[in-house]
Amino acid sequence: MIHNYLLLSIILFCLGIVGVISRRNVFTVFMSIELMLNAANLAFVAFSRFHENMDGHVLAMMVMAVAAAEAALALAVVILLHKHKSKLDTNVFSLLKG
Amino acid sequence: MEQSVNYLGLIPLFPLLGAVLIGLVHVFTCKKIKVPEMVYGILACVGPVLSFIMALKVFVALKALPAESRFLGHKVFTWFSVGDLHIDMGFLADPLSCLMLLFVTLIGSLIHIYSIGYMGGDKNYGKFFSYMNLFLGSMLILVLGDSPVVMFVGWEGVGLCSYLLISFYSEDKQNVLAGNKAFIVNRIGDLGFVLGMSFLFWGIGSQGFDYISLKANVHHLSPAIALTVGLLLFVGATGKSAQIPLYVWLPDAMAGPTPVSALIHAATMVTAGVYMVARFSFLYAHVELAGSIIAWTGILTALLAAIFGMFQDDIKKVLAYSTVSQLGYMFAGVGVAAYSAGIFHVFTHAFFKALLFLGAGSVIYALHHEQNIWKMGGLKSKMPKTYITMVIGALALAGCPPFSGFFSKDEILYSALASGHFGIWMVGVLVAGMTAYYTFRMIFVVFHGEPRDQKAFDHAHESPGVMTVPLIILAVGALFAGFLNLPAIFGGDQIVSHWLAPSLTEHHPHTSIFVEILAIGASVVAFVIGIKIAYTKFGQGASEPAFSGFTKFAYNKFYVDEVYNAIIVQPYKAIGSSIWKVLEPNVTDGPVKAASKLYMAIGTAFKVFQVGYVRVYAIYMIVGLSIMSLFLSQSLN
Repeated sequence: MIHNYLLLSIILFCLGIVGVISRRNVFTVFMSIELMLNAANLAFVAFSRFHENMDGHVLAMMVMAVAAAEAALALAVVILLHKHKSKLDTNVFSLLKG
Repeated sequence: MEQSVNYLGLIPLFPLLGAVLIGLVHVFTCKKIKVPEMVYGILACVGPVLSFIMALKVFVALKALPAESRFLGHKVFTWFSVGDLHIDMGFLADPLSCLMLLFVTLIGSLIHIYSIGYMGGDKNYGKFFSYMNLFLGSMLILVLGDSPVVMFVGWEGVGLCSYLLISFYSEDKQNVLAGNKAFIVNRIGDLGFVLGMSFLFWGIGSQGFDYISLKANVHHLSPAIALTVGLLLFVGATGKSAQIPLYVWLPDAMAGPTPVSALIHAATMVTAGVYMVARFSFLYAHVELAGSIIAWTGILTALLAAIFGMFQDDIKKVLAYSTVSQLGYMFAGVGVAAYSAGIFHVFTHAFFKALLFLGAGSVIYALHHEQNIWKMGGLKSKMPKTYITMVIGALALAGCPPFSGFFSKDEILYSALASGHFGIWMVGVLVAGMTAYYTFRMIFVVFHGEPRDQKAFDHAHESPGVMTVPLIILAVGALFAGFLNLPAIFGGDQIVSHWLAPSLTEHHPHTSIFVEILAIGASVVAFVIGIKIAYTKFGQGASEPAFSGFTKFAYNKFYVDEVYNAIIVQPYKAIGSSIWKVLEPNVTDGPVKAASKLYMAIGTAFKVFQVGYVRVYAIYMIVGLSIMSLFLSQSLN
């Protein structure tokens, strides 16, 4: 049974990666990251049930809390970015170019 | 073991605090408001005067102790401790340093008071007094330090302050160059001092590096090392005390304000070398060869400087060469192991040389900074106080009995004769005659005869009381200081020599009374002949002589400065510029520049990866993590 859960988790994670890499809108990138986090959560919970202990659940709750905090911070950053350039295209922000 | 007291550290602290305070006041106000000169004057004099009072207290405390245990110590804190080398910031007052303390603080205070008048109207009034206090504080550290290392702190401090003060009128480039010269020449000497100190530590330093331990262990030193140490320390002394070959800075040091010259020549700085040799008398007493070298260097310096002094036309330069010459006497004294005679000459010289410089300053002040003696003349009637005090100083310098200089100089010459240094004694007597000649040449030309520059003469006036009172006090000192060490032949009992005895390692040779009378008689005859020649040539007024032949050679100081310039300075500069122009671009620059180019190339190569897009960095991260995961899973299986 666990295979199916893990399969779903991997699919969600890969979707997240593809989203982060291919999309240029900051919000979409952000949502893709959330997707990856939840893919990880799914794997945690699945393993937790499989091994019949609560560690995975604890970590899943932890990840959710971190994700919430991260969302608050990330949205603030997004607002600043928008103020700065009036755009939400990640390709606009390329100051690190060597 | 010495008795411990807790106030010795205060003695140098007072002027040092004064220096900091005046300096801060000056720095924070010089741009905006003008602080009244009186404020600086009072602040500046408080430190030296308090130090003098403390010095008196030290003297009284020492006097109360029995003669052989007259040592007061004060360890303020441990300065550093590395391996065997353990150095305390400690001070030591024994009869030798106490005598130095007394006259350094007394004369320093008088010069500070005099400067209030002399420096009036100068725009860097505050800066001047800050440096002066620092100078005095450094000298007091030098005198009081209980180990060569602490002494070296003061040693460097006076070097720094002399540089600052000689180039005090820094608008004129000549003055700055004179300051540089003083500093650089002193550094050469200081190198000798540091090396000597290192050898001394290498030899016996592990048993304690303060004077008392050194004195106790000096017999462990092998003769070769002792000679090396003695000579290297003397190299330091030649720099600080202006002896051959490093005397050249002192005449140029006249570029500074006159009170500075007085301070350098009388109380601080140049006496440091003699003091140092006397301080190390326990070492020098064991190495006779070093003593002879010191004595001969000293007496030859005395001769050379006296020759130069006879032909100078700048009033301060005459005095400068007389200082070099008198310092030569002092070294001759300490060189023939008559340490108390040398130190006593330091002591009397401090009075009459400070007096002469301050008197010269008074003349210069009256004539609006005219220093050429051939533009003076007849000032006797205009400046009676200055004239009388300066004549007293000149008589003391020339060694006229019973002025102070006579007793101290005679003591040195007698010691040279008594210890069998006949050549040194002969040269010494000759120099005594020359001293009388050039001193009175200056007095006659400046004060007697007809005015040579009528306009300057009409404007001349006696200096204010703040300047003449120190002159009078110093004149009293110059007149009577000699009686403190009256030799037995005149019915005295050599108070100073007996006072100094516990600090010094010397033995007084016993000779017949005939030798003593011979020494005194020769000095007096030399003095009379010198003053007679000066009077016949300059007593009735004389015009500026034209120099030719030997006199021209002597007037130009034997071209020593030019020779030094040609054989030391220029080659040194040539080496420097060849390193800069040839060695550096062709040899050392290669590897250095290659290294920087290598890093540049690597950086350029890796630049392509820095595209700047967040997405691409995310790919790098994923690729990196994937590789790590693969590696991890491989190693787990």
